[in-house]
Amino acid sequence: MRVSLTVNGVDRVVDGVEEHESLLHLLREHLDLFGTKNACEQGECGSCSVYLDGVLVCSCLVAAGQAEGGTVTTVEGLSDDGILDPVQQAFIEAGAVQCGFCTPGFVLAAHDLLRHVPDPDDAQIREALSGNLCRCTGYQKIIDAVHRAAGR
Amino acid sequence: MSYLRPTSWAEALAARAEYPEAVVVAGGTDVMVEINFGRLHPSALLDLSRVGELRALGREDGHVRVGSGVTYQSIMRDLPGELPGLAAAARTVGSPPIRNRGTIGGNLGSASPAGDCHPPLLACGAEVEIASVHTSRTTPVADFFVGPKRSVLGPDELIAAVWVPAATGPQTFSKVGSRNAMVIAICSFALALHPDVGRVGTGIGSAGPVPLRARAAEQFLEGHLGETGAWESRPRLGDAVVDEFARLVAGAAQPIDDVRGSADYRRHALGVVARRSLMWCWDEFRGGRP
Ligand SMILES: Cc1cc2nc3c(=O)[nH]c(=O)nc-3n(C[C@H](O)[C@H](O)[C@H](O)COP(=O)(O)OP(=O)(O)OC[C@H]3O[C@@H](n4cnc5c(N)ncnc54)[C@H](O)[C@@H]3O)c2cc1C
Ligand code: FES
Ligand code: FES
Repeated sequence: MRVSLTVNGVDRVVDGVEEHESLLHLLREHLDLFGTKNACEQGECGSCSVYLDGVLVCSCLVAAGQAEGGTVTTVEGLSDDGILDPVQQAFIEAGAVQCGFCTPGFVLAAHDLLRHVPDPDDAQIREALSGNLCRCTGYQKIIDAVHRAAGR
Repeated sequence: MSYLRPTSWAEALAARAEYPEAVVVAGGTDVMVEINFGRLHPSALLDLSRVGELRALGREDGHVRVGSGVTYQSIMRDLPGELPGLAAAARTVGSPPIRNRGTIGGNLGSASPAGDCHPPLLACGAEVEIASVHTSRTTPVADFFVGPKRSVLGPDELIAAVWVPAATGPQTFSKVGSRNAMVIAICSFALALHPDVGRVGTGIGSAGPVPLRARAAEQFLEGHLGETGAWESRPRLGDAVVDEFARLVAGAAQPIDDVRGSADYRRHALGVVARRSLMWCWDEFRGGRP
């Protein structure tokens, strides 16, 4: 089937999408946007997080057809002409990135939190990031990064 | 394979009738896992996410009509005052992105004994509105589930909405799991006090083939509160009453041993959360009386 959608501000028309494919597959396999990671495909790890029509979702759990006519923002769409979003910058400065596999998902989830709660406390950060798994950092540096970004 | 994308409720029902073998997808948080893991090979997907009517909240005769496409995020944000038990349950579901997509209709549609909406819906005496192109009917939630992951939904039917009486007294939801987020309940318990009619509602999750009510516990507590005039005088509850209520809740469970917990643990934990739930609700009902 054909799926038409806006990704990171660009209108895209994607042909040859299988009906059972996920939005994650559409982004990675059809549009070569590899920032959105594929790990569990069951909603547990958050590494596939994107905004769909402004709502944070696990793209692995969205059928590609459900994004028809929609607006998607991936981690590639957060930076502006090479200038990183404050959340991305804070992750670098706080040392919140080790292997980096989980980072796009955490950045999106932190970005979403700060849109709604500009100055969150630790409990709010932990709840907002509870759908994201990191096997490297032990999470503390990630929480530090969110505090750091909140100040900007 | 075809992809059906109705944009109105009438179109959705017509598509359901025409393609009874199609797999319905709302938020996709259950269905897409099955598809991604190759456990489900649908010949057609019937996507309800464009049917705006299903996301509506309505009010009628002291009830809230929660459209089947209402997400956990909306329940938490929009209904904590009217449906505190359901809102508390919604807050425990998965993680923020799961709550942004997952719907109450999908929870019922999956009919898992562990579905977190089910205990508060049972405790509130909610009804499920089910429709096909031909008819519309309502079924008490208590009669909706017929076995693990099985419900009374017919092949041409869709869940339109859930009718939940607005709270007239305190309600709680408790979920036992290994962490605060991202857990399927080991067991769960909802309690609702309905002081306007002198009733007590309960719901047990993840401790039986279907979500259960603890009817003997409800009747015991209703009897005690009614006979002693406690709905009016709001005294402290004696330990014996609380203990008996907890014992009857634990006794109503029909748990099994599985990877998440043993039957014994589930029964024990239900007694503990039943006791706490009653104390929390009753204290709230007493409203700071000495
Ligand atoms: C990581 C993760 C964590 C989760 N955590 C929890 C949790 O803590 N508690 C919990 O209860 N659940 C949890 N779930 C399960 C799931 O999110 C819920 O069951 C959710 O309510 C499903 O809703 P949905 O809209 O996504 O359903 P879908 O996946 O779209 O559909 C689920 C089922 O319902 C049917 N269906 C959907 N809408 C209708 C309708 N209107 N009429 C008829 N049939 C319909 C579908 O055909 C399908 O069989 C979790 C899932 C994931 C992936
Ligand atoms: S790949 Fe989607 S949540 Fe893990
Ligand atoms: S940095 Fe490696 S998984 Fe998080």
